[in-house]
Amino acid sequence: MYQYTDKDQTLINERVDQFRDQTQRFLKGEIADDKYRALRLMNGVYVQTHAPLLRVAGPYGLLASAQVRKLASIARDYDKNFCHFTTRQNIQFNWPALERIPDMLEELASVQMHAIQTSGNCLRNTTSDQLAGVAKDELEDPRPYCEIIRQWTILHPEFAYLPRKFKIAVSGSIQDRAATHFHDIGLHLVKNDLGEIGFKVLVGGGLGRTPVIAQVIRPFLEKKHLLSYLEAILRVYNIYGRRDNKYRARIKILVREAGLAEVSKKVEAEWALIKDQLEVKETTISDMRTQFADPAYEKNLGTDSGYTKNLSDNPAFNTWVKHNTEEHKIAGYRAVYVSLKSPDSPPGDCSDTQLDALADLADTYSFGMIRATHRQNLVLADIKEADLFALWQKLAALKLATPNIGTATDIICCPGLDYCSLANAGSIDVTQRINDTLDSMDYIHDLGDLKINISGCMNGCAHQSVGHIGILGVDKKGVEWYQVTLGGSSENDAAIGERLGPAVSKEDIAPVVKTLLETYLEQRTNEDEPFLATFRRVGVSPFKEKVYAAD
Amino acid sequence: MPLIKNKTLTQDNWAFIADDAPLNDDFNIVSLARWNQDRDALSQVKNLGLRLESDVIIEDIISDLSHFSLIELFIPVFTDGRAFTHARLLRSRYDFTGDIRVNGDFMLDQIFYLNRVGISSYVLNENDSVEKAIAVMDDFSDFYQESVA
Repeated sequence: MYQYTDKDQTLINERVDQFRDQTQRFLKGEIADDKYRALRLMNGVYVQTHAPLLRVAGPYGLLASAQVRKLASIARDYDKNFCHFTTRQNIQFNWPALERIPDMLEELASVQMHAIQTSGNCLRNTTSDQLAGVAKDELEDPRPYCEIIRQWTILHPEFAYLPRKFKIAVSGSIQDRAATHFHDIGLHLVKNDLGEIGFKVLVGGGLGRTPVIAQVIRPFLEKKHLLSYLEAILRVYNIYGRRDNKYRARIKILVREAGLAEVSKKVEAEWALIKDQLEVKETTISDMRTQFADPAYEKNLGTDSGYTKNLSDNPAFNTWVKHNTEEHKIAGYRAVYVSLKSPDSPPGDCSDTQLDALADLADTYSFGMIRATHRQNLVLADIKEADLFALWQKLAALKLATPNIGTATDIICCPGLDYCSLANAGSIDVTQRINDTLDSMDYIHDLGDLKINISGCMNGCAHQSVGHIGILGVDKKGVEWYQVTLGGSSENDAAIGERLGPAVSKEDIAPVVKTLLETYLEQRTNEDEPFLATFRRVGVSPFKEKVYAAD
Repeated sequence: MPLIKNKTLTQDNWAFIADDAPLNDDFNIVSLARWNQDRDALSQVKNLGLRLESDVIIEDIISDLSHFSLIELFIPVFTDGRAFTHARLLRSRYDFTGDIRVNGDFMLDQIFYLNRVGISSYVLNENDSVEKAIAVMDDFSDFYQESVA
């Protein structure tokens, strides 16, 4: 993991001082509301329905146990004993008092964390693959590049007041686990014909009101040009991005309105002028890669007989291993998903006691590291197979072992009407209703790979438009209704979901989901055809007919 | 309005002249429209400044830069960040060595960034604290990006 230098630490300390001063001046009436709003957003502070919200950056999702313990103590001391993991690998506190947020930031800075640029119309936290560094299908670890990008984005003087927010995601694997097709810039580590590794650069993706799949602006970019190419895109966006309408201000709209060819022409022209001035040195890359070197794995681990025996003797353990763990590049290890989708807790929420316990488990079993996923779960990435049974029992005792990763109840959900001042409708309670309907784990496992995403408004924080089943809360004359889309995907086969038909009421939403799932079971050719494949084969009609048949 | 130049409160000799108003004796700032219309006459004026609005295409005025001893970037609303790019390009790509000032609706808390992209003077609002405006230039003692200041 990257360790802060004195320079990094000085910078975030000074940022805390700066925001403390700005907040004090605001509270004294010396900064106007609209201006302080821009300043607080760039420090992760929203004003929500009940209280301010603080969004803390989880740089590319990677957290050390000491940082997780700090999140726990902050949850206890400044909030209501829990925090929330978001779809961009960030961490949110829902109940802080504005006057105390500078103190929270100071505490975070003590463990090399910050909330810089987690909101606002600026360069946001760079996200990545939760299995970075351990995935079997990885070409190269993306995290060194994420950290290089993180440093470049932090307090970039030219790009702090962009037309709109700007999000970058990096993937180093064959399988895209970072939703790179739905970011303003998506970077894929790829190999060219000469066998060199560089970046495929995608631009103009996004979710929200206008979901758009990113397009390739450069099939191959040498690593040394990473920052100059990003700078060229950002400069073109800063000048030519629309500023007349905030719903038309993302780079996806510029790409759509001007066309990829025109944007590409401008970017390449700009890049030609700066590419030699802003090279990433080879030593910078190699130093950074050293920071993300493999932990001290035990080599030549054989098959553990206890593990094999537990797998055959204990069906519940077997099921958990099947659903909540993933292959690891090192033989004898697996990556473990910690499910934050227990049926009795809102998706992505984690209590202070769970955080403390997870930090201990990370120290005991996983080299002291924890990762956040963009599907709002956590990962302990380096678990020896011999430790899996003990870890499973401990996670189960903490209600963190629901064997539902990648299934119907592994729902991405925004805070919705319960917390968010933008929301039109509840989302947590809809998740609850769906959970209540799908109460049999066997049934859920039979449904197989399924991604249900639920957002409480069209800003789409829960990525409903790329859910296999997407649910979007809308307000109709003060009543909460829900629009359903089918067939979205944020992975390699990126797609935007198709509307099922007219919105349904809150009472009907869980039964409708049930009907959709029953229809899938009827329509699938066999148990190996997942929901998304069936939908792509048969289309929306059979689902539509079943759902609206009763009308 | 208070003017800060080179981190010091400074007497402002310059004035922006409306397009239909006669020029002062010296230190006139004119709009791009006026410059484009009267460039022959204006080329004879001693100290000439040019005001650029945020929607300017900076490349269009580069060949004229030698006529100006001052460029004023006018920020219509503090959320409009185009001037940050304009300043940077004027300073580092087009080697403008005269004064680049900002005027308009920028906020004091943006001065740190503005200073880093090459702005050299600031026309403050009446009620802005001059001390604070100078102090915020040193909010950070280190940074990741190169400076063009």
